[in-house]
Amino acid sequence: MSVRALRVYYGTLRGTVRAVDGVSLDIGAGEVLGLVGESGCGKSTLGRGILGLLPEGAASDGEVLYNGQNLVTMSDKELRGLRGPELGLIFQEPMTRLNPLMRIEEHFAETLKQHEPSLDNREVRRRSLETLGRMGIPPTRFRQYPHEFSGGMRQRIMIALALVLRPKLLIADEPTTSLDVIVEAQILRILADLREDFGTALLLITHNLGIVAEACDRVAVMYAGQIVEEGSARQVFSEPAHPYTRELLRSTISLDTTKLHSIPGAPPNLIAPPSGCRFHPRCPDAMHVCVTKAPIEQALDGSRRVLCWLHGPAGEVPDDGWSQLERQQIAVAEEA
Amino acid sequence: MAAKGTSLRQYALTRLALVIPMVFILLTLVFLLMRVAPGDPISSALGGRVPKEEVDKIKADLGFDRPIYVQYGDYLADIARGDFGTAITDRREVRDIIKENGAATLELTFFAMIVAIVVGVTFGLLAGRFRDTWIDGSGRMFGIIIYATPVFFLGLMAQLFFGSYLGWLPTSDRASPIVDATLDTHTNIYTIDTLINRDWDAFVDVSKHLILPAVTLGLVTAGVYIRLVRVNVIRTMKDDYIEAARARGIDERSVVYNHAFRNALVPVITVVGLTIALLLSGAVLTETTFNWPGIGHTLILYLQNRDYTAVQGIIVVFALVVVLASLIIDFVNAYIDPRIRY
Repeated sequence: MSVRALRVYYGTLRGTVRAVDGVSLDIGAGEVLGLVGESGCGKSTLGRGILGLLPEGAASDGEVLYNGQNLVTMSDKELRGLRGPELGLIFQEPMTRLNPLMRIEEHFAETLKQHEPSLDNREVRRRSLETLGRMGIPPTRFRQYPHEFSGGMRQRIMIALALVLRPKLLIADEPTTSLDVIVEAQILRILADLREDFGTALLLITHNLGIVAEACDRVAVMYAGQIVEEGSARQVFSEPAHPYTRELLRSTISLDTTKLHSIPGAPPNLIAPPSGCRFHPRCPDAMHVCVTKAPIEQALDGSRRVLCWLHGPAGEVPDDGWSQLERQQIAVAEEA
Repeated sequence: MAAKGTSLRQYALTRLALVIPMVFILLTLVFLLMRVAPGDPISSALGGRVPKEEVDKIKADLGFDRPIYVQYGDYLADIARGDFGTAITDRREVRDIIKENGAATLELTFFAMIVAIVVGVTFGLLAGRFRDTWIDGSGRMFGIIIYATPVFFLGLMAQLFFGSYLGWLPTSDRASPIVDATLDTHTNIYTIDTLINRDWDAFVDVSKHLILPAVTLGLVTAGVYIRLVRVNVIRTMKDDYIEAARARGIDERSVVYNHAFRNALVPVITVVGLTIALLLSGAVLTETTFNWPGIGHTLILYLQNRDYTAVQGIIVVFALVVVLASLIIDFVNAYIDPRIRY
């Protein structure tokens, strides 16, 4: 799966929201990629945009290449054929994602028969129970209704419902945000085992850096609709290249946290993002060039890339661009 | 989790047990309201020109001079025996009023509800599904206009057009005089009676008489349903499980039919049930416009004549109909929506 210059905009009464603005990503077979960023940075929209599940009034362009086909230009019907057997999606709030009037059994039957119409009922049942069993849902509960399950169980049912079709890629959009820590650990274990059990690649969208460090091979950091840094999880966490990643990591809470750190300011308005680098109003390292010119993506050692003037290219920075932006000027720039 | 304890049967039994206090409270309320209401039934029944001794004598004969709790006990005992009393003015038994006029109302309600549900649910589903298109626009417009039109006006226009102008359909009564006079009644529901008698000409005659009132009443009721169903479909289409179903690649047709429509219709059932109860208590305006001898029409006549016992008896029956209707609504809802069984 490769995403190239994907943009998802949607219209609101106050203007066009550029929720995803030129994102490129690659996810290899069986790989676990973490996508992190603050609330409202566009990570959920990116996850849905990949599947072509856009809200009303949204439009997208760019390329989402999967097996050589571009999902962005694909017909609804072709896209529907891929959703499920190839690309799965699980959501943030499992409580409301199952139809309250349908038994768990009916959810599975509907899904399996949609994509494999030739399956008979016995086979549907066998495959459903097998997948549910791996998620720790006993067969005795197959005929129950969603309201009879707890949040953690419903999320496991949602995962089973996605996995019963054996997708090659599963997009998990903050799958544990609304669950308590013990259930969170269970769900993460299940997701971490996906690769061994099903050979499924995973795009794990989260704002929890701890989860990424634990479960992901690579990590992409998103800010204001753009990927600002990407690399192997180990590299990004040990030596963050982008000031935003660094600040984000400093903001995490651990046992030896003595003082809470936070990034000053709020995530930018995606209707009218800041000029130049979108992070410059909040960036402790901002330079004059950051206000005026958008940074150019730079490849670092290995498979890393970063979107920040600190890493060049030096030739593009005007002579007076290297000086530090004073806090006073930052405030002015923000108002401008 | 005690999933076993929430079976449909257990819910039904609990719900059924609740009917007893409900009926009791309703009966008591009717009794008290009738006593609290101003005016003396005997004097108004006799026209107010009778000497006081005479009135007192009749009161004593009818038992109205006894303590109120004794009267209340008798009243409950009579109802328990299925005796709803006898009208003072024309000596008809309330039971017979219900049997004859109630059957007319039942017939009208049944066919009006078919029209209302077919028109209301179809237009509502379409308007909600194709939101903000011309289908939605015309569906909503139709709903508003039909709902805002007074039923007697719509009825009069229908009578003028289909009755007087085109001459296709009769404009009043349940049957032509000759059919009405010769009809051998079994159920007092004329369409069924004529079928039982295998009298096809009479069947066509009573069916023709039924069309205008049923369609008029049905359309007015459909106006409410269109808006209700539309709003529910639009709300349901935004629900999380709809997006989840699309994410699983379920085709749009199944998403709309199996997920959106089914879920959108659950709250509609309650409203439909309550409308039926309401119509069974008499669609007075429709019945009057079409001279339909239904229960609402009859109740108005008795009210005008201050027929105290007839009014009390009919209202008791209405109360029972509402209790029964809400019981059925709850059963149907519980059958469809498993969450209610908790």
